[in-house]
Amino acid sequence: MSKITLKVNGAAHSVDVEASTPLLYVLRNDLNLQGPRFGCGLGQCGACTVIINGTATRSCVTPVSAVRGEITTLEGISKNGKLHPIQQAWIEEQVPQCGFCQNGQIMTAKAMLDHNPNPSDAQIRQTMANTLCRCFTYYRVQAAIKRAAQSMKEALA
Amino acid sequence: MIPKQIEEVLTHLDTSLSRRSFLKTSGMLAVSFTTAGAAAATTASIAAPANGPYPDVDYHQLDSWIVIHQDNTATFYVGKTDLGQGTGTAFRQMMSDELDFPFDKTTCVMGRTDLTVDQRGSGGSDAVQTSGWAMRRVAAEARRVLLEMGAKHFNVPVDQLAVSDAVIHVKSDASKKITYGELIGGQRFNVSLTGNTTDNTTGVAKVKPVQQLKMVGQSPKRYDIPGKVDGSLKWAVDVKVPGMVHARNIKPPFAGAKLVNIDDSSVRNLPGFIKVVSKGNYVAVVCEREEQAIKAATLLKVNWEKPASPPFPTSEQLYDYIRKAAPTSSPKPNVAGNPDAAFASAAKIVEAEYEFPFQGHTAIGPAHAMADPGNGQMTIYSNDMKSYGMRTGVSEFLQIPREQVRVIWMDGPQAFGRTAADDAGFEAAFLAKELGRPVRVQWMRHEETAWDTKGPAFTFKARGAFDAQGNLVAVDFTARAADHNHLGYNEPDSVLLAQLSGKRKNMPAPGSSARPDDMYGIANRRIAQEVVGLPVIWETPLRTGNLRDPNGPQVTFAAESFIDELAAAVKADPVDFRLKLLSADKTEDSGFKRARSIAAVKAAAETYGWDRRPSPKSTSKGGTLSGRGIAYTFRGQTVVAVIAEVEVNRKTGHVWVKRLVCAYDCGLVVNPEALKHSAECGMTHSLSRALYEEVRFDNEKVTSVDWKTHPILTHADAPEKIDVVLVNGDPNPNRSDLAPYGAGEAACKPTIAAVANAIYDATGVRLRRVPFRDDRVLAALRAAGLSAV
Repeated sequence: MSKITLKVNGAAHSVDVEASTPLLYVLRNDLNLQGPRFGCGLGQCGACTVIINGTATRSCVTPVSAVRGEITTLEGISKNGKLHPIQQAWIEEQVPQCGFCQNGQIMTAKAMLDHNPNPSDAQIRQTMANTLCRCFTYYRVQAAIKRAAQSMKEALA
Repeated sequence: MIPKQIEEVLTHLDTSLSRRSFLKTSGMLAVSFTTAGAAAATTASIAAPANGPYPDVDYHQLDSWIVIHQDNTATFYVGKTDLGQGTGTAFRQMMSDELDFPFDKTTCVMGRTDLTVDQRGSGGSDAVQTSGWAMRRVAAEARRVLLEMGAKHFNVPVDQLAVSDAVIHVKSDASKKITYGELIGGQRFNVSLTGNTTDNTTGVAKVKPVQQLKMVGQSPKRYDIPGKVDGSLKWAVDVKVPGMVHARNIKPPFAGAKLVNIDDSSVRNLPGFIKVVSKGNYVAVVCEREEQAIKAATLLKVNWEKPASPPFPTSEQLYDYIRKAAPTSSPKPNVAGNPDAAFASAAKIVEAEYEFPFQGHTAIGPAHAMADPGNGQMTIYSNDMKSYGMRTGVSEFLQIPREQVRVIWMDGPQAFGRTAADDAGFEAAFLAKELGRPVRVQWMRHEETAWDTKGPAFTFKARGAFDAQGNLVAVDFTARAADHNHLGYNEPDSVLLAQLSGKRKNMPAPGSSARPDDMYGIANRRIAQEVVGLPVIWETPLRTGNLRDPNGPQVTFAAESFIDELAAAVKADPVDFRLKLLSADKTEDSGFKRARSIAAVKAAAETYGWDRRPSPKSTSKGGTLSGRGIAYTFRGQTVVAVIAEVEVNRKTGHVWVKRLVCAYDCGLVVNPEALKHSAECGMTHSLSRALYEEVRFDNEKVTSVDWKTHPILTHADAPEKIDVVLVNGDPNPNRSDLAPYGAGEAACKPTIAAVANAIYDATGVRLRRVPFRDDRVLAALRAAGLSAV
């Protein structure tokens, strides 16, 4: 076991786990941050996505000891009780069906919009292509990303 | 009896605690946490009914369904589960309407076997069309009782009272008013209901005519969505209780393998190791922490013996196998007219064969459950869509009284029939009993993709006969399904744990094939359905179960592809050809399906902007070929027509379904926007089944084990435009008794055929084997001389 310190959603946490433990299980089981979910454990589906230093990262294949920098989970993107514009857009467009994958959809979209506030349709399709939804809400996810991009732009104006 | 917790709400919580906080905690998420282990013990010690702490909820008591609180809010308790298609929101709309209650002052508790009446959970798209009627009737009955109480309170006859938004007032003097909460908040109705099943439950009151419904037909946003977006919803995967440990399964590496021995020493010294548990061919390892259990399951040495002969053909050999196999069942074909004579005198005969693979659910989250034993009870936290069936199944499997078992349904990954036969719940309960500790079971991705229940593979043979004038006079259609020993439900002798541990039904479940819908007025028909079995039908990853609209997409793919082939054979426009067949026979059924079918086909064509011409499109140039196809079907009383527009890449064979149009007539619509959402997702699910999905296997194991070996449709292939148009094709569209017909599955059904027909329209190439993967499409284009370099 190793003592590992993580900075998550602005707070520091210390855990004592095997260094090879995937970050996903530390977040879910030790830190009680259950927004990221187990979908495949192989980095293929995206349900476990968190943002580390601005990059959408698959926490199921990221050893906890390899994390350098600040982690943001789904629970950490709303500020002062106010939903992030992406979350708001997700509600406006009524995106989720079962909702199990939506953590990955939202966090992948956030990392994309943070880097590229005006993605083209093709860029959205390409960036989101490895984030799977088994209820097939893609059509609404893409609409919500465009809505969020617009409202984030308006908020800056 | 009325559940203890509802009783407590009525007698204590309502006056001593914030009612708001009760409403919050009863809204499906927190109750399950506050009532884990500890509360179970409390309930047991206080209630102590004869056989256990969780007696069946008495559906003949109004109090089991509806609680009205002093602050004029209401909680509805219903025996269904919401798989993300907005049924919970629909229940609240329907019950609010009948009760005259403000929608936003209501909450809904679903699927907890200890708190809600047994309406079987979800399945068959019956939530609104079947179970919804009981909900409406009990809400109407509550309204009637409240009005009687109001009449007594104001000392006037009921007919001098009016009610709106849960406030009763005297018609002649609006200042005389009283809220439902003031009349009954914190008290029991003590009203008995009748009806021989939960779905037949009724009081004295009648439901309102459609014209008086206010919330039904509106589109309030789904209440489950905010918690799914901000991370606050607690899912079945999230449940933790003190002392909980983690289990992982070790599946047999070959179908039909026998366990020889287990070498515990391979994992005994791993940190956190607790125990290896095995029963027959079922093996699991239990550890303190989740990652420890995953590692132990990987390292545990288990010796298996292969079966003497291969359990199944390879996926490449499958269709030959199905065609040659002796049927395990072949009911007498459905025959109308004289098909033999019609074929004998036909001017033209068209023949085709179609093939459809095994397809999996491959839920985005693998199977999981947490079971908490002790204090003479077993609580299972599960996303089982049929939580009531699991309760009964687990009690029988573990041989403990039903009254000691409860299943707390919580949200989970898309189910579509997979959790009707919920393996993980049984495994968690079994392991929890073995260890005497709370155990969480989580399947890994390779287990779920390989070993979940499969929708059956099919072969189809179709023949059609035309007379000299080009009229379709006969059809002969045979559907053959590899579905022997189909498992549908949470049966204690057919879930995977039971099979692996040696429990068997006396007879395998016969399974079923399917028949195409017969609204088309074809005078002479022979429709045959046959079932075949694979060599190994127990302990196999190719076990069949219910997959969204069981058998519907398969048979409709073949039947509606064939109708398109027949249209092309006489150079008829595909829409015109269908409308002519639908109009040929004037007989109607009680749901006026023929009239509604014609309306749906016309509405789809109009919404799409259908250009009337025969398929295929004659001018096809350039790198991509485009085309459109239609397919129509019905499911129960629901009628649906789908049009797909495709682009086929001549270099790669890739098919992109650019646009979808769906015309949907499912009778009374409770929440139009939620219905459209459900139809969009259902159709896109079928696009994935049309273009990508196929369970692959060699002759000893399934080789589709993850998202690389079992690819599905991604964002890259999402349609650019989807239109869902809701149709009311009832000959009397304003009827006051318009019924809802069920909407969760029908849109899936015709979509695969619509895609096949669109590909044909674009290319002139007819694809008769699903899925239409790039390599298959390219090979077909090459064979037709249509590929581009």
